[in-house]
Amino acid sequence: MSVAQTVPAPTGLLARRFGPVGSLALALVFLAVLPLVLPYTSLAGTVLVMGLFAAGYNLVFGYAGILSLGHAAMFGGGAYTTGLLMLKLGLSWPLAVVAGAVAGALVGIVFAALALRTRGIYFAMVTLALGQCGYQLAITFADVTGGDNGLRGFVAAPIEIGGLVLDPAQPMVRYYLMFGFAAVALAGLARVLVSPFGMVLRAMRENLPRARACGLDVRGAKALALALSGLVCGLAGSLYAIHLSTVPVDTLGYHLSGQAVMMTLLGGMGTFFGPLLGAALFVGAEHLVSDVTEYWQTVVGILFIGFVLFCPKGVWGTFEGARQP
Amino acid sequence: MITETRSGPDRRRLLAGGTALLASAFAGRLSAQGAEPIKVGYIVPLTGAYGADATIQVKGAEVAIARFNEEGGLAGRMAQLLVRDDKLNPGEASTRAQELIERENVALIAGCFGAPMLAVNAVTRQRGVLYNPVGASDAIVSASDWSATTFHEGPTPFMLAGALARYVVPTLGGSKRVALLVSDYVYGHEMVRGFVPVATSLGAEIVGEVRHPLGATDYSSYFPRLLAMKPDLLVVMSFGRDQQITFKQATEFGVKRQMRIAAPQLVHTARIIDGHSHYEGIVGGTGYYWGIENEIPSAKAFNDRFRRMHGGQNPSDYAAVGFASVMAPLIAMRNAGTTETKAVVAALKALRYDLYKGPQHYRACDQQAVQSILIITSKPPKEASVKDDIFKVLAVEQGSEDRLASCAALGHKT
Amino acid sequence: MDITLDLVLQQAVTGLALGAVYVLVAVGLSLIFGLLTVVNFAHGAFFMVGAYAGIATHEYTGSFLAAGVAAVVVSALIGAFSERVLVRPLYGRGIDYPLLLTFGISYVLVDAARILFGRQGLSIDLPEALQGGIDLGFGYFPLYRMLLVAGTLVLLALLWLGIERTRWGLIIRAGARDPLILRVLGVDVSRVWLAIFAFGAGLAGLAGILAAPLRGATPEMGDGVLVSAFVVTVVGGMGSLAGAVVAGFGLGVAVSLTTLFAPAFSDLAMFVFMAIVLLVRPNGLFGRAGLLS
Repeated sequence: MSVAQTVPAPTGLLARRFGPVGSLALALVFLAVLPLVLPYTSLAGTVLVMGLFAAGYNLVFGYAGILSLGHAAMFGGGAYTTGLLMLKLGLSWPLAVVAGAVAGALVGIVFAALALRTRGIYFAMVTLALGQCGYQLAITFADVTGGDNGLRGFVAAPIEIGGLVLDPAQPMVRYYLMFGFAAVALAGLARVLVSPFGMVLRAMRENLPRARACGLDVRGAKALALALSGLVCGLAGSLYAIHLSTVPVDTLGYHLSGQAVMMTLLGGMGTFFGPLLGAALFVGAEHLVSDVTEYWQTVVGILFIGFVLFCPKGVWGTFEGARQP
Repeated sequence: MITETRSGPDRRRLLAGGTALLASAFAGRLSAQGAEPIKVGYIVPLTGAYGADATIQVKGAEVAIARFNEEGGLAGRMAQLLVRDDKLNPGEASTRAQELIERENVALIAGCFGAPMLAVNAVTRQRGVLYNPVGASDAIVSASDWSATTFHEGPTPFMLAGALARYVVPTLGGSKRVALLVSDYVYGHEMVRGFVPVATSLGAEIVGEVRHPLGATDYSSYFPRLLAMKPDLLVVMSFGRDQQITFKQATEFGVKRQMRIAAPQLVHTARIIDGHSHYEGIVGGTGYYWGIENEIPSAKAFNDRFRRMHGGQNPSDYAAVGFASVMAPLIAMRNAGTTETKAVVAALKALRYDLYKGPQHYRACDQQAVQSILIITSKPPKEASVKDDIFKVLAVEQGSEDRLASCAALGHKT
Repeated sequence: MDITLDLVLQQAVTGLALGAVYVLVAVGLSLIFGLLTVVNFAHGAFFMVGAYAGIATHEYTGSFLAAGVAAVVVSALIGAFSERVLVRPLYGRGIDYPLLLTFGISYVLVDAARILFGRQGLSIDLPEALQGGIDLGFGYFPLYRMLLVAGTLVLLALLWLGIERTRWGLIIRAGARDPLILRVLGVDVSRVWLAIFAFGAGLAGLAGILAAPLRGATPEMGDGVLVSAFVVTVVGGMGSLAGAVVAGFGLGVAVSLTTLFAPAFSDLAMFVFMAIVLLVRPNGLFGRAGLLS
């Protein structure tokens, strides 16, 4: 794969036990087999979308070390853009998905422009506020967005690739179409992480003052990280719109921003595969435990507590750490 | 793909069995013998603000399943209820709906209310699955969201708010100044659209409309404005917790001393929790109250069955509509002799049913259940016959198609 | 409709009452953050626990005083337990982990309320003596809300005295500045932190029972309060008590006045206000620079 050829092995942020190619391959294989092992395809779709969301979030939170509580704005921004372009302009869904990702990046740039003045917990709170503004806008302009009922009425039509007709109404077809987009995004993310920019991010996370003293453009790097993160999270949101055939206003809610933090921490922040695994665990636990008991929140809550106390690097972080020489 | 099987159990033995438990045990045995159960997906928000309503609604659906199975099912095929918690999250609801369709191959999805209702509709519409939700919504029957397999069992805001206006405005006397306190989301706006035209046509003057965000917990900051409008009637266009807190704080601010209060939809569970004092004098609409059983035989039959299955508890409004949302399609399946969606849709459109509150049918253009609306008010505990005797029925507006939003207004071709 | 001066004054007073609850919750949140650098996501759950404990006690005893005491004690005990057993191992590990942990705690507490008391929530009515209202000259105002504001002010005064004039207060002030110094001086810091966490939780519980007659109690009641309290804490400056008080009352009034002029935006008002304050003063009104940056 091209990622391997352009980069000497153990330098970038991917350089853990699995190396850049290994991590990416692992992530793609994991997503590829997901619908075959999970009890139903739509659950796999949700895991894929949330995994991609967490992976995008991880770029900011895990690699650049900035806590944002407003990433739902990028996710929801992507989802609404995709839905609206399909509904109002009749754009074909693959194009609308790409546009959604771009919209996510734009939201990321807006975040950077407005919030990077602040730092630490204050940055987190400004992003939370910006995220809430997005939510309120969607509620206020209900005529366009469908308000709390969500955006409905767009349908992903079948597409033709080389004579092969693929109908997203079929669960498996839809999953692997979504997988195609996710794979491109993850490969891109891996490429970014092993680039010099990835090194800058790591330097910032390890020691911000030193990074600054070395003459690195810290603020510029943060802004770029937010934009790229927005691109991936926007794509995740766009795919979510295709996955659900509707855009719930909850895609802009702060709960979803919180969920990004949870999934990333659960899987292992700052690892490539961790967020995907974290998303699978989070979504899987919520779904499967709530099938068994109506008091699923207790189980999930105790799970969180247990992880933080006994497995703070997250599942994958712990695993990789243990295997590292 | 449906194969008629005659290997069903002894019909009399089934009839003898009184409980859903027994019936579902039979269903289990049946499937072992090769007759596929009729699976009914039931998506409700067990977790979240409406958990209490969702829980009792499931009990209503269980009554429908038990009754259908006791009556022999569909030529021996028993029905089975698959409950899913959507956590009041549309994304979750949508994923659940897909799961029920893909994995369980359900013949019907019912139950839904709140924001998840339309998210599930997007799925059932795409997959051509029969869908009969209960939530109060005008959007679900409008042309833009409608599909051939979408029915709507619950009353719409248009019906509830209209019925309230027709009852309450004439009782106001000479001065008919009406102020509205509106929860700022689709439900609230739909209630306004249902109420205002009727109220003004009856001579009411809308002196002001104050909007509050959905889920607000303090209404004190709205009351000074409302009081300053000097209305004779305040109509509270909100649902659930918003409405409960509004009533509580209206009592506290002495609002009732200066004006009357009404709400298009009063919910049983809320009144039980908050007690009579906060609801005293408030007039509202509802789809069902169990107290009509003395006048309406089908209500008595439903209540009896519900009480028998659920430890003597009386059914709430949500229990009743939750029951009908499953029962009516099951009857249609029996009438059609199959669970094949097209045939069931045709049977449902032709169905004239009286399951719990008098005659009902689905209107042709939007498949909205035409039904009666009750106007109720809180009953003081000292007048109550039993603990959950909480409302007095002031009036019943009989179901009629001209009480619904017109097909043209909803965008349907007539 | 006309907006008169009377109406604006009424809204302002209403906003103070709204702010009183924010302040009680935010003060605890701010204390815990200032001393322990824990962003306590379980604070909303403590608020809920207080309401439930109080209402349950009231059912049995019929006494509002007992309800208030129970609310404080139960939520403080749960807070103390959480700190001692769960949060303590995480000190020095940054803000992310305690955040996730306290989120987990809130999940469990909310569900516990559902299991013990049901999903539909509980209700409590004010005692006769506190019902009714008083005429302020520019409008009618409920008595209970006046008492709520007054009570909060008294409590804040006591808290201020406690921090400024007692040995404990001295330790707290020193601890907020530099925990290491305390340890060097032989103060058992862990006991101080335990006490602070319990105290903050107790305050949230008190706010819960005080708010319960106005809005009832539900398992999820803490969610919205938590977000508001965070906004208050951040606007005031994380860790600053004065900031929490000023921002709490200020935001209460701001939200209340927004409902007068642009009701649909009253939810947004709080966040827009916060964003503006932070863009002008990145550390909040009274915050210190460098915290967690």
